[in-house]
Amino acid sequence: MKLMETSGLTKRFRRTWALRDCTLAIPAGHVVALVGPNGAGKTTLLNLAVGLLRPTFGRISVLGGEKPGSVAARRRVGFVAQDAPLYGHLPAGDMLHLARNLNLTWDEERARDRLADLGIPLARKVRQLSGGQRAQLALTVALAKRPEVLILDEPLASLDPLARHDFMGSLMAAVAEDGLSVVFSSHVVSELERIADYLVVLNEGRLQLAGEVDVLLGAHHILTGPGGEMALDSKRIAVVQATQAGAQAHLLVRTSAADQPDPPGWLSSPATLEDLVLAYLRDPKASVLPGPDLTAAAGGQAARA
Amino acid sequence: MTIDKGSKSEADIVASDTANSSPAASPIAFRLDPGPGVPTYLQLVHQVEQSLRLGYLKEGDRLPTVKEAVNALAINPNTVLKAYRELEHRGLAIGRPGQGTFIAGTLRRVGLAEQKALRKDLLDWLRTAEDAGLDAEGMEALFASSLRDFLDRRDEKRPRRGGRRAVRSSRQAGEVA
Repeated sequence: MKLMETSGLTKRFRRTWALRDCTLAIPAGHVVALVGPNGAGKTTLLNLAVGLLRPTFGRISVLGGEKPGSVAARRRVGFVAQDAPLYGHLPAGDMLHLARNLNLTWDEERARDRLADLGIPLARKVRQLSGGQRAQLALTVALAKRPEVLILDEPLASLDPLARHDFMGSLMAAVAEDGLSVVFSSHVVSELERIADYLVVLNEGRLQLAGEVDVLLGAHHILTGPGGEMALDSKRIAVVQATQAGAQAHLLVRTSAADQPDPPGWLSSPATLEDLVLAYLRDPKASVLPGPDLTAAAGGQAARA
Repeated sequence: MTIDKGSKSEADIVASDTANSSPAASPIAFRLDPGPGVPTYLQLVHQVEQSLRLGYLKEGDRLPTVKEAVNALAINPNTVLKAYRELEHRGLAIGRPGQGTFIAGTLRRVGLAEQKALRKDLLDWLRTAEDAGLDAEGMEALFASSLRDFLDRRDEKRPRRGGRRAVRSSRQAGEVA
């Protein structure tokens, strides 16, 4: 089953193209990180996925063909919008009461247990909670409807490092317990590697990179070698980013074959997810779709995964 | 409810030792190295091996559940599953459906006297190396590469389950070198 499937998905706000020609197929059972700078189209894509926006062109479906925003989709999809929108004047307990009445499925016991474990008093008003507690309350509400996929827009943005760690810890615990899929957007790149197993990079409204983290990391390396002329076989090795410093150059490259020997004179070291994301974001033209040579050689695995 | 839990916990641990009805808490908790380098799942594998060597874990002990581990470390559950699969593959742990993952094997521990003698030999070697002009990093590099050669040669002679591991670790070391 596909968690999310889009084809030629495009969204325009007046003269601004928020998302252009985005074609994706994310398998279910993943923790998907949606990464990109501000204004890349992350929120637009997520809002399209939950049916808060309609596409200008193209199609999008979730959970194996459900139309976003339909009754069936709404029942199976949990969504936490940016900055954990809750009613500030309501006590946490009333927030649960409200959500219970707004959702068809609701696990009250689980919600209360979670808040008790987190030490969030039911009587405390939402606006008197700390930022971390508010985020946890929003997560609790979203999990209590037992969704198959949880979509979170910038869940970490306003949290301090400790709250971020605790939030991600409890989110991952929910993944372990329920086997639900997660799609979250973030611009905190350094913490993704341990959390996400599927990466989607958006830049300037376009899809730049999408794939399983292990596959992407296996297909990218950092080569260190002599600067100046780069005697690299460009048919087999695509340079995503080059950093030149006098006598030495660092290249982030995408290789076509997994066990390809290092080019003579170059030293290869593994790339981290952070290296990879930053390199692609620096060059909006570098894209997931390489030249025909590369795709053919790789069996399309790395490129199209 | 909380008071009840608190007063029961001690009895629980004692009871589960004998009755094994509700598994006791795991004797170890994982921690992660913040820097990049060793993959996360291998860090977990190494920690279990280290705990076995040092005697913190023994056969039959329960490892943290996947939920416990990911909650504490904020990592993807698949990473923990991968680590536990690797431990099973190495014959050190066994998964019991619905109960958790338990320590099933032991790592051979070297006796204290033997360790002392080996340490003395090593110190002698270190002194010789220092006299020859090697600094600490040079010694470490020399030891690491010798160990790698030794393991590679040993595995060539008798290919077995450990062989795959040796190849992988030598490749990693090769990438760093």
